[in-house]
Amino acid sequence: MAATGGHTVKAFDEDLGQLRALVSQMGGFAEHALGEAMRCLVQRDCEGALRIVEGDRKLDLLEAEAEQRIVRLIALRSPLADDLRDAVAALKIVGIVERIGDYAKNIAKRVPEIEGAGQIEPISLLREMARIAASMVHDVLDAFVERDAAKAKAVCERDGAVDDFYDSIFRALLTFMMEDPQNITRSAHLLFVAKNIERIGDHATNIAEMVCFAATGERLGDRRGAAG
Amino acid sequence: MLTDIEAKADLKIRARAVSAFYGAKKAVDDVSLDIGTEHVTAFIGPSGCGKSTFLRTLNRMNDTIAGARVEGRIELDGEDIYGSAMDVVQLRARVGMVFQKPNPFPKSIFENVAYGPRIHGLAPRKAELDGIVERSLRRAGLWDEVKDRLAESGTALSGGQQQRLCIARAIAVDPEVILMDEPASALDPIATARIEELIHELRGRYAIVIVTHNMQQAARVSQRTAFFHLGELVEYGDTSEIFTNPKVPRTQDYITGRYG
Repeated sequence: MAATGGHTVKAFDEDLGQLRALVSQMGGFAEHALGEAMRCLVQRDCEGALRIVEGDRKLDLLEAEAEQRIVRLIALRSPLADDLRDAVAALKIVGIVERIGDYAKNIAKRVPEIEGAGQIEPISLLREMARIAASMVHDVLDAFVERDAAKAKAVCERDGAVDDFYDSIFRALLTFMMEDPQNITRSAHLLFVAKNIERIGDHATNIAEMVCFAATGERLGDRRGAAG
Repeated sequence: MLTDIEAKADLKIRARAVSAFYGAKKAVDDVSLDIGTEHVTAFIGPSGCGKSTFLRTLNRMNDTIAGARVEGRIELDGEDIYGSAMDVVQLRARVGMVFQKPNPFPKSIFENVAYGPRIHGLAPRKAELDGIVERSLRRAGLWDEVKDRLAESGTALSGGQQQRLCIARAIAVDPEVILMDEPASALDPIATARIEELIHELRGRYAIVIVTHNMQQAARVSQRTAFFHLGELVEYGDTSEIFTNPKVPRTQDYITGRYG
């Protein structure tokens, strides 16, 4: 943080602190939902998956609350410079975190679809892939709370690993489908799961860009790879 | 820092190494900056930072204060305003000023505006003077409100109208620069908005410099902002940059309310 101290109006610091805590809470929620969805997928836990789907509503409510707080902050405190960038970044970040929650929910919804399947080898790869994506979400939100641009940039660098996982899982599932057409439905579901995780990695990267903007006022350089 | 104006043709005032003193106390410390006509320039900073003092050096307003002294060089269109060839009365006609508290003369609305052009001999005939008064009041956005009562006293107007009358009075002598020292701080939000709209309309015709304590006002009316602190010019740049991404921590602390 470039600034040297707290605001003269202490309540402003409290508002910003509460907002950061709320964003952090949302991130923890989304990260947990992703981890749980993957556990349910591996263990074929349909009931657990249902709880994730229902729990997503909580994330939507948190997003609405965060938006309300940010609008109020802008209206009542007229933030400028780093405070303004923080508020704008927070507004975008909560939208992205909500999307990440949606992806976790979407993964959970597919659990019943593969329930009867035997051991499908790429699932272990998926779990590892999701672990990286979840850690990206975790670290990038820490970076936001700590206003740490370097930490956010480090998160971006890990997105390549997620993309590599996606490519190899894509190939593995394709082979699986070609071996036996009966595998196609389940493999297609797993392919969507892989895609969802890959998108979560991209979203973590987007959050990292907002964190860098909030912390430094500069935009990160060219984004690696196009969205897909 | 943005000190030199890129387009030299736009350069109106060029200040170099300007320091101002009240007795032994240095109120402005080695300030260099350029002011142009294209952009409204805002001076911001905490009380006692030197912004008003510096503003007042631009038309030698401090000459009247005993013990006040200015060092450095200030040029208006390349001419040294502290040079021996400079006529101070002429200078103040070319560099007009509007103050925090509206200060119309205790005369009629017409006379308030006509006074300057008359003493400067700008309108030998009555019809010309009428024309100047009308044009000045129109530019100041006051004409429609006062055209039927030009003979009434200027002091009978509301605060916001009085301030616009003072702006009309400044405009009437056809200045090149208008200095405004917190022109809206004594006005309600609607009168303030009128003044801000007026500044926007006058931009480009006159070089406008405004001192304001209201950060949002600086952001709204200016395209260039200079931040002063302890007599120094800390940062001078595009207003949008200063308010979204200031380069100097001291500027950031001040505009975000972390100062002091």
